[in-house]
Amino acid sequence: MANKILVFLEQRNNQIKKSSFEAARVASDIASKLNYEIEAIAIGNNIDNLQEVGNYGVNHVVHIKNPQLENYSTSAFTKIITKYLNETNAEIFFMSGTALGKDLAPHISVKLDCGLASDCIALEYRNNELIATRPIFAGKALMDIKLTSTRKIFMLRPNVFKADKISDTSADVKTINVEDLDLSTRVIEVKKSDGKLDVTEADIIVSGGRGMKGPEHFHLVEQLAEVLGAAVGASRAVVDAGWRPHSEQVGQTGKTVSPTLYVALGISGAIQHLAGMRSSKYIVAINKDKDAPIFQIADYGIVGDVFEIVPSLIEEIKKIKSN
Amino acid sequence: MKIAVCINHVPDTAAKINISSDGKNIESSGVAYVLNPYDEFAIEEALKTKELLGGETIAISLGGEANKETLRKALAMGIDEAVLLKDESYRDSLSVAKALADEIKSQGAEIVFFGKQSVDYDNSIVGQLVAELLGFNSVSTVVELNISGNKIIAAREIEGGKEIVETSLPVVITAQKGLNEPRYASLKGIMAAKKKVITEKQPAVYQNYVEVIELKKPAPKQQGRILGTDVSAVPELVRLLREEAKVI
Repeated sequence: MANKILVFLEQRNNQIKKSSFEAARVASDIASKLNYEIEAIAIGNNIDNLQEVGNYGVNHVVHIKNPQLENYSTSAFTKIITKYLNETNAEIFFMSGTALGKDLAPHISVKLDCGLASDCIALEYRNNELIATRPIFAGKALMDIKLTSTRKIFMLRPNVFKADKISDTSADVKTINVEDLDLSTRVIEVKKSDGKLDVTEADIIVSGGRGMKGPEHFHLVEQLAEVLGAAVGASRAVVDAGWRPHSEQVGQTGKTVSPTLYVALGISGAIQHLAGMRSSKYIVAINKDKDAPIFQIADYGIVGDVFEIVPSLIEEIKKIKSN
Repeated sequence: MKIAVCINHVPDTAAKINISSDGKNIESSGVAYVLNPYDEFAIEEALKTKELLGGETIAISLGGEANKETLRKALAMGIDEAVLLKDESYRDSLSVAKALADEIKSQGAEIVFFGKQSVDYDNSIVGQLVAELLGFNSVSTVVELNISGNKIIAAREIEGGKEIVETSLPVVITAQKGLNEPRYASLKGIMAAKKKVITEKQPAVYQNYVEVIELKKPAPKQQGRILGTDVSAVPELVRLLREEAKVI
């Protein structure tokens, strides 16, 4: 029997997350190269779009089902996945490094006593080995690693790998109903911030810094974010000052992000901030200080007053969008 | 009740990072090291938990002689005891976790705090590894914590919201910024910390499963481009966003 790769599909609100399809696509590419079988596992109650994983090269999915598994449980998920990995003797396990992934993967690696590569931003098969690249010091440096244990877990950073469809195939879904769950650690409630896009999942981020001069001016950041369909981010200075919640902080003690477009408004570009966003594909900086370090990495910089430039930028974009 | 907090000594976030000549490490000379920022929240929560439940607090750090500076900071903030697991050799996260778990077990701690991530190698997994090794429950990236009797209710940060988690002791909690406001060490605390003994121990050696091939610098970003110095640059910016970046 061929060796096997298992990929975890994470659901929120009965939908498999985009970052799980990214992981599925990477895992299916690796499976073709290694000539391994591949299968996906999802845990939840009702999940609407499981078949879709077939579009990313994974044709078999097992759905572990119980109404109590609609929300995450560290203990239950750890036991279910470990059991399935052992039953199927899968050698490599892939998952996305979401909030859930980062919580769950280390538990599984202890159960299997195997290596875990967390926060991978590239994965290459060279000289018969899987080499993972992961950022360290929030991206100030990169580290290439390999796992020396037979079984291996790779956790991939969300929003870095592309989830490009490779076929129109619908995956076949096998549902397994489970009882006797270990719910010693379980989520009893999920509190969503109303419809807000998270910086780690956004394709465009508009961030504000001290140059916004006060929390009362952040409506400009929010308006620009709205016309661009972007998430709102913030620098450490404004989070520490209490202008914005910590969940929006971008940088070494906040979130590390790699969106297609990062717009920095009134952000000077401290080294810890640049570390957290420098891998963005396009960077726009608007700042009064022409010597601000942010301009050294900005693809498009405007040296000027955010309070004059941003309203005009919002109008211009609106004009284009309405055409 | 024994409350443990595991802490790390890391380069300051303002530091520039250079790679050592063997390509497997970073250059540590000329770099200022500090207590890992997330560990400050872990220490504060350990102190608050002691104030609430009584007991003793112990700080544990794995690393070289320099880690004593960080352990002293924890003592100055009010932690009762400190242990240095002295080992400067390369260890992967699981090997670090096994050494820490051994010490936590021998101390008989029932609540263990970690920072949610060490800002050097950014794995964000050691706390959860330790929990599973010890057979403890765990909640990671915690922004609110409530302990009453044996029961624990914690809020953890997730994408675009929070999850409220219910669990029980013994437990490992990894602290996210926002959990609390870390206290400053008082002068009295700093003086007292100087007199305290930091216990040194030799941790067991465990196999590494993560092998470092090389460290490298990210590809340099192209030199920035200034489009203009006032609103007249806006149409050009919008054109580039549409035609070059293709985001509008």
